[in-house]
Amino acid sequence: MIQFLLKRLGVVIPTFLGITVLAFALIHVIPGDPVLVMLGERNIDPTYYREAMHRLGLDLPLWQQYLHYLGNLLQGDLGTSIKTNIPVLQEFLALFPATLELSLAAMGFALVFGLAAGIVAAVKRGTVVDHTVMGAALTGYSMPIFWWGLILIMVVSVHLGLTPVSGRIDIEYDIAPITGLMLIDTLISGEPGAFVSALEHLILPAIVLGTIPLAVIARMTRSAMLEVLREDYIRTARAKGLSRSRVILKHALRNALMPVVTVIGLQVGTMLAGAVLTETIFSWPGIGKWLIDAIGARDYPVVQGGILLIASMIILVNLLVDLLYGVINPRIRHAR
Amino acid sequence: MRRTPSFLVLAAAVAALATGSAVAASGKTLIFCSEGSPAGFDPARYTTGTDFDASAETVFNRLTEFVRGETAIRPGLAEKWAVTPDGLNYTFTLRRGVKFHTTPYFKPTREFNADDVVFTFQRLIDKNHPFNKAAPAQYPYVTDMGMDTNIAAVEKVDPYTVRFKLKAVDAAFLQNLAMSFSSIQSAEYASQLLKSNKAGLINTQPIGTGPFVFKSYQKDAVIRFDANSDYWNKKELLLDKLIFAITPDASVRYQKLQKGECHVMTYPRPADLKAMQANPKLQVPQQAGFNLGWVSYNTKRKPFDKVEVRQALDMAIDKKAIIQAVYAGAGQLATNPMPPTQWSYNKSLKDAPYDVNKAKALLKKAGVENLSFTLWAMPVQRPYNPNAKLMAEMIQADWAKIGVNAKIVTYEWGEYIKRAKAGEDDTMLIGWSGDNGDPDNWLGVNLGCSAVGGNNYAQWCYKEFDDLIVKARALSSQAERTKLYEQAQVIFKREVPFTPIAHSTVYMPMSKQVLGYKISPLALHSFYGVRLK
Repeated sequence: MIQFLLKRLGVVIPTFLGITVLAFALIHVIPGDPVLVMLGERNIDPTYYREAMHRLGLDLPLWQQYLHYLGNLLQGDLGTSIKTNIPVLQEFLALFPATLELSLAAMGFALVFGLAAGIVAAVKRGTVVDHTVMGAALTGYSMPIFWWGLILIMVVSVHLGLTPVSGRIDIEYDIAPITGLMLIDTLISGEPGAFVSALEHLILPAIVLGTIPLAVIARMTRSAMLEVLREDYIRTARAKGLSRSRVILKHALRNALMPVVTVIGLQVGTMLAGAVLTETIFSWPGIGKWLIDAIGARDYPVVQGGILLIASMIILVNLLVDLLYGVINPRIRHAR
Repeated sequence: MRRTPSFLVLAAAVAALATGSAVAASGKTLIFCSEGSPAGFDPARYTTGTDFDASAETVFNRLTEFVRGETAIRPGLAEKWAVTPDGLNYTFTLRRGVKFHTTPYFKPTREFNADDVVFTFQRLIDKNHPFNKAAPAQYPYVTDMGMDTNIAAVEKVDPYTVRFKLKAVDAAFLQNLAMSFSSIQSAEYASQLLKSNKAGLINTQPIGTGPFVFKSYQKDAVIRFDANSDYWNKKELLLDKLIFAITPDASVRYQKLQKGECHVMTYPRPADLKAMQANPKLQVPQQAGFNLGWVSYNTKRKPFDKVEVRQALDMAIDKKAIIQAVYAGAGQLATNPMPPTQWSYNKSLKDAPYDVNKAKALLKKAGVENLSFTLWAMPVQRPYNPNAKLMAEMIQADWAKIGVNAKIVTYEWGEYIKRAKAGEDDTMLIGWSGDNGDPDNWLGVNLGCSAVGGNNYAQWCYKEFDDLIVKARALSSQAERTKLYEQAQVIFKREVPFTPIAHSTVYMPMSKQVLGYKISPLALHSFYGVRLK
């Protein structure tokens, strides 16, 4: 196991370096710079422009800028936002819990409903139920997030009045961020009604962000289950007289979970990409919107730091998924 | 199908929540659905309305201030002022009894006085000011308006009198003092920050004398303000709390307004306006925007140096069709190089009638055949042009009717401006939103000889025109200046360095509970003088 971990970590270091080069190069390749973007149509005095670029260190050759960046990075300094003058890590840590909370809720929603739909479709293979569930999954997968979010707001929030339109909590609650996770912070604050309000605000964004992963999980579960249900040991289990639910949930599902877990790991990237749109629609103050704004403003340190932090998380999650294989399937653990 | 317990739990949770819904906060709390997060709260560092709304319009006051809903100015922290006959010395008598905000991070020990004015402007014009050393920052608007080079000195005459000495006459000086970047900071607070080595906090924990006290800010979520119970102009303070609910998507802002989750929203989508106007709970006041979108001709390039060519292109554009399609009807046809709400607007000017045959004849007269050139379209939505690509396509089609082939080109926004200022375009779409309500901010900034290489995208330096605006800039009488600007507009209309297309209409959808809101021509959103029914 330790050898396996070391091997994986050996890959991680060059991957990080590659990401720093890519993040740095990509944002600098886009034309424009932060000073020009901020001024827009405003007149610009060449001296002012030179001074501003010098102050930001943007007048140096690109390779020097990269080396500075890398040097600071090795000392744990991700830089300071050009736009707000706040350290990138501080901004990230303030906004990340919102994205984490939303992603966890969305993943929870996708897992519960995705697994259930996949199992049902597999068990009722070829029936109307199977076709309906898989049709719905395909629709969910193809749904443009922006459109889906607005439709849900119009129907569920405005027309039916069931949930709030946007934000993380009713504006009347002024909850001090302790963990940054609103559900937990509202519980700590003890303000009556605050937790319910936070939960209400989480429902629609979680559904919107969870829809695509739900569809993928459902389809993957169905095909994995179909394969497993044909295996001899399932027939043996049935022949032993085990109840149907025990055969499906204990014997079949556990074996079918392997590919599903892989998909869940891969979906983390999709989720973070989806979070950009979901956060914009639901005015959710997370890192997705933060990064998009930074690209628009050519806020180089934020873009570079943000990409690096997000990439690290994706790498970490995938590493965890690899480790999970072993937990789910003892054969893999022993093979290692 | 047998449901798993998880299904049941979730279903129950959803059902339990079904009865709940969000409610706009009660009492005299106004919730404003704003369009974005401010980058900070030190107004001098920024250039956009989103930044100014959250700081200058709430926390701060200025020596002079714009009358609500107008471009004229009124006394602010200066009760009165006197100008020497040469127009170079301004003496301000400051208002007494004005208190800076008391917050958990600052407790003022004295009232507002001349030291605060001197600190505010010294910081803006002196790069070596100790505060600038401690918290390095650029003040782009100050530079843009020429304040840093034109203010020779700011002196404290006595605790309630301040004198500004200018190097050159600037007829718009009092207007510039009313602009957001001139917001008065507390010298005592700045000194406290310097001593504690935390000068940067001036941008995140603002202290001013304005109607609202900054309470908290969560990026991309909410900004909270409390009413300033010590405010010097109590009659304009009619709310207890002001909350900015940051909502970047226009459709979502509208849904929130409909549901009562906010009282006022900014920048609606033109497509939603009809439904908003039909909603009995909402009011949608509107005003001609203090902006102008235009097509600029690069007069330094052939054949645009010929006035006949510019006139021909000008009269071949079907502006009415553009207003319907691009502005969805929410625009006003533009004739002059400034909006009609700007004083000195020449009402007697008329557009050349849309005439394809005459345009062809003019091109022939100019000896131009098979004309082919580039038409630049902005890559971004601007207040004066909601869809530059569509506008460019329509103009391209219009010009094709007179045998002109325009190729549409676009660049990334920063690059677009940079190349345009360098005169790399043939023709281009661009525009302007007024800053300070002074005519020079239109004619001088966009058409003056000194603006060539800058905002004078037409690269048009025309002596007869320039003499008039330079002369007007040095006068202090509004009536005399008006005459000169009116003449200048006649020359503009004859020479057509650019074709004005439209002023977009500004709509401010709000709940009918909101009373006393006035739309600012300067695209600011202020909530003093506003109350809730």
